[in-house]
Amino acid sequence: MFEQHLIALPILLPLIAAPITLILGHSRLSWMFATAISALACYFSWHLLTATLTESVLSYAVGGWSPPWGIELRVDVANAFVLLAVSALSTLVLIYSKDSIEKEIESSKHALYYTAHLLCLAGLSGILLTGDAFNLFVFLEISSLATYTLVSLASDRRCLTAAFRYLIMGTIGATFILIGVGMLYMKTGTLNMLDLAIRIDVYESSRTINTGLAFIMVGVSIKLALFPLHMWLPAAYTHAPSAVTAFLASTATKVAFYVMIRFIFTIFGLNYVFEEMGMDLILMVLAIVAIFKCSYMATVQSNVKTVLAYSSVAQIGYMILGISLVSVTGLMAGLIHIFNHALMKGALFMAVGAVFYRVGSVEISAFKGLGKQMPFTMAAFTIAGLSIIGVPLTVGFISKWYLVTAALEQQHWILAALVLVGSLLAVVYMGRVIEAAYFQKPPASQDSNQVKEAPWLMLLPMWILVLANIYFGIDTSLTTEAASSASEWLFQTSSIAAANSAEVSQ
Amino acid sequence: MNSVIPFLPLLLGAIAAILLRGWLRNILMLVAPVVGAINLMGIEHGVFWSMEFMGYALEPVRVDKLSLMFGYLFHLASFIAIVYALHIKDTLQHVAGLAYAASAVGAVFAGDLLTLFVFWELLALTSVFLVWARKTDRAYSSGFRYLIFQVLSGVLLLAGLLILAQVNNSLLFNQISLQHEGLAQIGAWLIFFAFGIKCAFPFMHNWLTDAYPEATPTGTIFLASFTTKVAVYAFARGFPGEEILVWIGVTMACFPIFFAVIENDLRRVLAYSLINQIGFMIVGIGIGTALALNGAVAHAFNDVIFKGLLMMTMGAVLHMTGKINGSELGGLYKSMPKTTILCIVGAASISAFPLFSGFVSKSMIMAAAVAEGYDVVWLLLLFAAAGVFHHAGIKIPYFAFFAHDSGIRTTEPPKNMLIAMTLAAVTCVVLGTFPAQTVYALLPWEHNYQPYDVTHVLTQLQLLFFSALAFVWLNLRSMYPPELPSTNLDADWFYRKLAPNLIKNVASKVCGAYSRFEQSVVASIKQIIQNSYDAESGQPKGYFARLWPIETMVVWVAVLLSIYLMLYYIHDLV
Repeated sequence: MFEQHLIALPILLPLIAAPITLILGHSRLSWMFATAISALACYFSWHLLTATLTESVLSYAVGGWSPPWGIELRVDVANAFVLLAVSALSTLVLIYSKDSIEKEIESSKHALYYTAHLLCLAGLSGILLTGDAFNLFVFLEISSLATYTLVSLASDRRCLTAAFRYLIMGTIGATFILIGVGMLYMKTGTLNMLDLAIRIDVYESSRTINTGLAFIMVGVSIKLALFPLHMWLPAAYTHAPSAVTAFLASTATKVAFYVMIRFIFTIFGLNYVFEEMGMDLILMVLAIVAIFKCSYMATVQSNVKTVLAYSSVAQIGYMILGISLVSVTGLMAGLIHIFNHALMKGALFMAVGAVFYRVGSVEISAFKGLGKQMPFTMAAFTIAGLSIIGVPLTVGFISKWYLVTAALEQQHWILAALVLVGSLLAVVYMGRVIEAAYFQKPPASQDSNQVKEAPWLMLLPMWILVLANIYFGIDTSLTTEAASSASEWLFQTSSIAAANSAEVSQ
Repeated sequence: MNSVIPFLPLLLGAIAAILLRGWLRNILMLVAPVVGAINLMGIEHGVFWSMEFMGYALEPVRVDKLSLMFGYLFHLASFIAIVYALHIKDTLQHVAGLAYAASAVGAVFAGDLLTLFVFWELLALTSVFLVWARKTDRAYSSGFRYLIFQVLSGVLLLAGLLILAQVNNSLLFNQISLQHEGLAQIGAWLIFFAFGIKCAFPFMHNWLTDAYPEATPTGTIFLASFTTKVAVYAFARGFPGEEILVWIGVTMACFPIFFAVIENDLRRVLAYSLINQIGFMIVGIGIGTALALNGAVAHAFNDVIFKGLLMMTMGAVLHMTGKINGSELGGLYKSMPKTTILCIVGAASISAFPLFSGFVSKSMIMAAAVAEGYDVVWLLLLFAAAGVFHHAGIKIPYFAFFAHDSGIRTTEPPKNMLIAMTLAAVTCVVLGTFPAQTVYALLPWEHNYQPYDVTHVLTQLQLLFFSALAFVWLNLRSMYPPELPSTNLDADWFYRKLAPNLIKNVASKVCGAYSRFEQSVVASIKQIIQNSYDAESGQPKGYFARLWPIETMVVWVAVLLSIYLMLYYIHDLV
């Protein structure tokens, strides 16, 4: 009974718990409840991942209606892997939230925050688990609406315009996806992903399906903030409460990236998307521009949250670059980077939130002298920053390693060089903050006794992430095994995989 | 005897330095290199530790004669440097120094490129604190420049090793050589440049002369011992016998002489002479015969000791007087007689006087150059050797301890500094007098070289005496103010007469062209930054930096969508 419904639990738990959290009302109480629920969801995701590593695919017919007529939930290694990352990050962020939102959100809205967070988690898990294209849109909207709320909760009023911009762009993106899915439905008469995949094959050069692909790719690109559609992201990340930024940066864009993989590999098939439509070239160009333009933008910002936001857009560029190489290793590099980037950016935004908690500002000038005053926070920031740069013994190095290997595998050595040059830009933008923290004196106006180390409840999740950064940078067996089997699996199942994967593996 | 991983004792010493204070720390710090060296004696040749990482076989610790030689050297050097630094209370410097030494030892025992890369970066990260520990603004900024160069070298190494791993499907660090096909060629060159930066190749050397003189008096001893020698080791293993190295090495041996001659900061003079000595080693590696390679590594061994000794005497002067510029010092032999004698021993060693350590190794390289028919190289090396005698052998002791009396009255440096310098001086003499029992016994390649035969000794003495004669002659021709006592080594003449005419014309032209190039690069980078940054509001500017209104964002969405649709439409037509 329990085993049977295991797949649905990561969605259902937070979805049901969300209204209860709102009813609980009390800040402390709703925090404990939400954290417990999220931890439970994380536990189930772990179960799912271990199950998929042995059985490869689990399917669940919602309400007993068997697919393709009913809605199907489907777990394979790829989404179980991302699901675990998302629910684990959600739990850590919730632990962190208790102190962080005290400073940044009015106390009357605390229960609302936890409710929106759980709804967002439910939506993200839904996107990951569903096997139905329309359902994916529904869950996307659930998570997005919750996200707009989360962004607008900050006490800084600029968050309202940021949330509004995000709302408009997000809605356009979701609408595009809906239009695209509608076109597919019009032509094929089905919404189940596997069913779609089989039928799209038949209508290979249909203009309707081509248009559908264009709408979906643009819609997903908005959601994952692919350059040049990333402009909602820096504002939203900068003005949202720190805990929210930490959660969004480490999960929301990653899930959107997963959606892109799902559409390309499972529904349309890589042969159609890459060989016939030439999407790989477009994605590669956009990814490279994203890496350089946004890394460069990050170097000239003065607000640390904006620096990290631009860096996120650049890092998404690395993931897209992995896909655009159209090889098992490339996709694997992208998948690993999803997980690794969640670890780094989660830790970084948490550290920035801790600084805001104590200093009340996240301008680079506010970081002056913090190396002495908040040693643990800044050490966490530094290690996670080194990870972004890609220093060995951190996860960033593993990501870059696989990405460069994938590029070299196809003799794209210029790409490999560009990836490495991109990490030099990361040295600059992380270095500016670290330099301010360790090598500049705190401003004279500031009372040095006032600023002290962040509360341990903020430090704990931050350091768990930092240690994970180091652990998975040394012992790569879990991440690489999951990512490589996910990527091989995606290539195999992708409609015309047989011929292609043989060609790629040569 | 069971041995442990070579760099472990030093690393434990660094940890002990973090945790402990007082005499217990001093003892443990001193014990660490001794235990490390004893550990090396018992270690067996071959792969000591191997593992698998992402499908590649790694050998984090591999032992052979070449790495053992550098291993002993680094333990000896770190012992001397620790003794020299015992009096300071700065935990950061102790920890950084020991961790830096541990990284150097780790690097020379690395059997694969990835491990080498890790230690390569650790060398940079640990050593930069020795520069920053000076705690002056100049030291901070020069430390940053130093770090950028070092990290750049690491990135190049990483890029190169990734390419080689892809082509050869192996990460093991053996001879790389520059003759490859296609992609591997690029990889090999990238690694070559990565080593070259650390080795202070011409035009990549500025980090060295920039940062070393800015470090603390004690930190410089560590710095001068490890980074460049690790690079020399890496060349000896990766690129022995590459002819291009001969010419690079000759350039390195010659060009710093001009700069050393016009430089006032005596520690910077030594930094230039460090590059000059590395030039000799690189020539040896480039020639690539057993004799030449032996000469290169033997010279690396000796250089660490005598350059360390000279650096230590200058550090002692800086420590006691707070001054290091040649123009501000002078006459210190009255108050620091012991330091003066020790400095002269170092000067004699670097100038390769017979019975001092420089002689037994430098002559090997010269002999190898002649044997392989590099006559021009031999002549240029002779010139370089004469230059060394002038700028390191005469200028350093002369300006610091003799010259006109600056009026500074001080005392001998602390005991531990004197002990460390004496240790180094004794080592210099022992190495120079009994090479067969000491440095030659460690040499990795088969050889039977005798430094003390009539030809070598006579040639060297001839060279030295004729250079001295040249000074006397210049001295007689010059019009010195009579009140300066004729110590007949008055090198002032060079700065007043010769420098404006010759050096300004030759050296400063090269220097000027280089600095113009550097300026234009810096200016264009600044221009790029200014173009995208509005200093008044402190905000970035430019199209992509502005917060776009929603309409604009939507227009971009429309643009991308229409591009996709157009492309697909064209596809469809085709």
